Amino acid sequence: MNLPFRAPSSGGCNDIPILRERGQREVFCGLTGIVWLHRKIQDAFFLVVGSRTCAHLIQSAAGVMIFAEPRFATAIIDERDLAGLSEIDAELDRVVNRLLERRPDIKMLFLVGSCPSEVIKLDLKRAAARLSQTHSPKVRVLNYSGSGIETTFTQGEDACLAALVPFSPLPANGYVPPLLVAGALSDVAEDQFRRIFADMGLSDVGFLPARTAGTMPAIAPGTRYLLAQPFLNDTARALDERGAIHIPAPFPLGAEGTTGWFRAATDAFGISESKLRAATEAGHIRARLAMEPQREMLAGKRIFFFPDSQLEIPLARFVSQELGMEPVEVGTPYLQRAHLAQEIGQLPAGTMVSEGQDVEKQLDRCRAAKPDLVVCGLGLANPLEAEGFTTKWSIELVFTPIHGYEQAGDLARLFSRPLDRRTRLGV
Amino acid sequence: MQLTLWTYEGPPHIGAMRIATAMDGLHYVLHAPQGDTYADLLFTMIERRNARPPVTYTTFQARDLGGDTAELFKTAAADAYARFKPKAMIVGASCTAELIQDDPGGLAKALALPIPVIPLELPSYQKKENWGAAETFYQIVRGLAQPRRGAEVNPRSCNILGPTALGFRHRDDLAEIVKLLEGMGIAVNVVAPLDATPDDIRRIPDAAFNVVLYPETAETAGRWLERNFKQPMTSVVPIGVSATRDFIAQVAKLAGLDADAALKAGGSRLPWYSRSVDSTYLTGKRVFIFGDATHAMAAARIAREELGFEVVGLGTYSREFARPVREAAQKLGLEALITDDYLEVEAKVAELQPELVLGTQMERHIAKKLGFPCAVISAPVHVQDFPARYSPQMGFEGANVIFDSWVHPLMMGLEEHLLHMFRNDFEFNDKAAASHLGHGAAKPAAAPANSTPPAQGGWAPEAEKELQKVPFFVRGKARRNTERFATERGINLITIETLYDAKAHYSR
Repeated sequence: MNLPFRAPSSGGCNDIPILRERGQREVFCGLTGIVWLHRKIQDAFFLVVGSRTCAHLIQSAAGVMIFAEPRFATAIIDERDLAGLSEIDAELDRVVNRLLERRPDIKMLFLVGSCPSEVIKLDLKRAAARLSQTHSPKVRVLNYSGSGIETTFTQGEDACLAALVPFSPLPANGYVPPLLVAGALSDVAEDQFRRIFADMGLSDVGFLPARTAGTMPAIAPGTRYLLAQPFLNDTARALDERGAIHIPAPFPLGAEGTTGWFRAATDAFGISESKLRAATEAGHIRARLAMEPQREMLAGKRIFFFPDSQLEIPLARFVSQELGMEPVEVGTPYLQRAHLAQEIGQLPAGTMVSEGQDVEKQLDRCRAAKPDLVVCGLGLANPLEAEGFTTKWSIELVFTPIHGYEQAGDLARLFSRPLDRRTRLGV
Repeated sequence: MQLTLWTYEGPPHIGAMRIATAMDGLHYVLHAPQGDTYADLLFTMIERRNARPPVTYTTFQARDLGGDTAELFKTAAADAYARFKPKAMIVGASCTAELIQDDPGGLAKALALPIPVIPLELPSYQKKENWGAAETFYQIVRGLAQPRRGAEVNPRSCNILGPTALGFRHRDDLAEIVKLLEGMGIAVNVVAPLDATPDDIRRIPDAAFNVVLYPETAETAGRWLERNFKQPMTSVVPIGVSATRDFIAQVAKLAGLDADAALKAGGSRLPWYSRSVDSTYLTGKRVFIFGDATHAMAAARIAREELGFEVVGLGTYSREFARPVREAAQKLGLEALITDDYLEVEAKVAELQPELVLGTQMERHIAKKLGFPCAVISAPVHVQDFPARYSPQMGFEGANVIFDSWVHPLMMGLEEHLLHMFRNDFEFNDKAAASHLGHGAAKPAAAPANSTPPAQGGWAPEAEKELQKVPFFVRGKARRNTERFATERGINLITIETLYDAKAHYSR
């Protein structure tokens, strides 16, 4: 079987008009990233310094009463802390000490800032430095902000990884690790990528974040990096500051996206086309085969994205280019133009991209557009279904392994399943 | 500062949302940062509501803090009025907005909207969800209730106060109690907040008395109505057969009716099922109870009086109702566990080794982890707490539901006898797979015994062998009890004697 092996079209219509809106936003704050980050870094603990709302948000977003004992918690600020009746630094130290006593398995502790901690200007950076000194070398204490006033949803991961970068080891004797992949991936996708890079001759590839605190990838000036996620603005800046060099690329979603992503790496390292082909062609073909039945169901269907994870633009590229869908509006909470240049360039002409949100107005546009499929958050999905729309929960696109060739069919199925279900139900 | 891994209640503005979402024609404008909209999914996903909660969030961001967040609030409130045309509005702040002190009440008043605007003060760093719901409902009632229109009051009329959105079985409890009251010849004037409009709230004083179904959400409003409109209120929550009977008697007295007819007409299968011989094995089962105050106290009474269990632990996360729960526990010779730290609850369950846990979804997890049967009796709610079938907790049908849902997790009586009779049968032991799974089926992994053997010695081989004769489903408990017995007495080597001494000790 010899399927066409397309190179990404360069250039394109990068001057797509952007609708910028502000108003009520139906998006999570950055604290939500803890839900997948704590699964990814297996000896890290995330301590939110915030309010009962923060604690309630995370447990609601995680959708669970957590299994055994979760590796996240909230240090709830109370009125005594606010009134200055208790010394807030001492209180935080007490909570951290209690926590680390309870969990001797923890090697890395993130103090995560929240809206209330930002508003009262609690200096978590200083607290992290102080606590790191107390608990070093057993536990490293870092901090970042996942507050809603500063971050939406996936920006929490961006802030977390950006905080990790300065603590990545610098290799001894002038060695320059060649390649780093930034962005939390599912373990299965990460392992697949590692194998493909090795097949291309890149056997030393670091992944940020690593699965344990002690194995964070080394970075040196001259290390090149690929982004695996589109929302890593601050992480990229931190990597640039370390002297790492960004490899512009599309994002590894679907067959085309994944091949384009690997191609960017081979181009950067001067690896031959034949080596790229040898390492990726089988995966590319499998991905297209797996997507074929979904493509039949989805081609020509109109899709509307509400803003959620910043994955919307790469996903719109994927569904239009690889599944033949027609994006009506692609909403994103924040448009990171520089990293998305190649993706925006491949959106069909006339696609409306919106940044930010006024949810009421956007719902009006959605109702007027009558799309076949609406990708939206959990707060909107059932109400829209009740109005007769078919919806896909966007959060599943973040929590499910979707990157790479072997997951392309699963990703396509996430879009086709709601439509499939509609056709099956007779009630 | 309190270390919290998981919380039984949300912040107080979630309570306010439960009231707003329950009602029709009421809109809530919440001064809140980006991200607080997560709360919508509680209603659309857990309760499967088919409409968004009637809440507008101002969604301020860091860059707004230096600017005019107050203006942002005013715009949001004006836009919300223009779009949704509510009949009344409640306004307030979430935890972060409380810190920036914009005064949503004053700002909304300045807009001079042509509808009642009720300001809420919900101290987020001090209070929690149920308090927030009670306070919000009280403020709405206080803000809207109108003096009685006619001079004549129908003595056989009442309001039902308390059911909210996201309430534990509120939908079905309400249906059950409405049926019960109407069967007694009592007219239900207003149900609130569930499905009530602001106009309905205005009419609350028209009824003769109030039925307070859920004190957690409606007692504050009920007391205010009692003081200001001379409307007495019920104090019995009709969960369980005896409590339902007491409730009928109380309501009959308030309405000037004879309770006998209602008591004769209504009935539950629970009393007979509990007396039937198969239930003998329920006698003295040790139960641990934890939940909101109302459901925990009701469960304790049912467990003791209606099922013949022994209540070994009783507690609540509702600090506002700590006093009545302490009193109820004291009557059972127990000290109530008042906490919102589930780790403390878990430790208590592990210590007490109950045979049944009645709790919230969190206690269900705790019980699962520790290997005890469990039934859920209280909020916080989970998608499973909104079953498709009719499943009330209140009234006589509620007692039937409770009998089934508490007894089914336990080994059925006849089964327990059979296990005793056939425990040495070659197919009837822990190593044999369930017969319906065929011969190839693997036996389910046994839960690891959470045992602390004595410092030295441990089990003598013949004692260990004797232990294997104990039916597998109680073997873990026998092992733990024996080890505890040995440790407490400084016995180094557990012999057959120790095993039976311990058995005698624990069967007292």
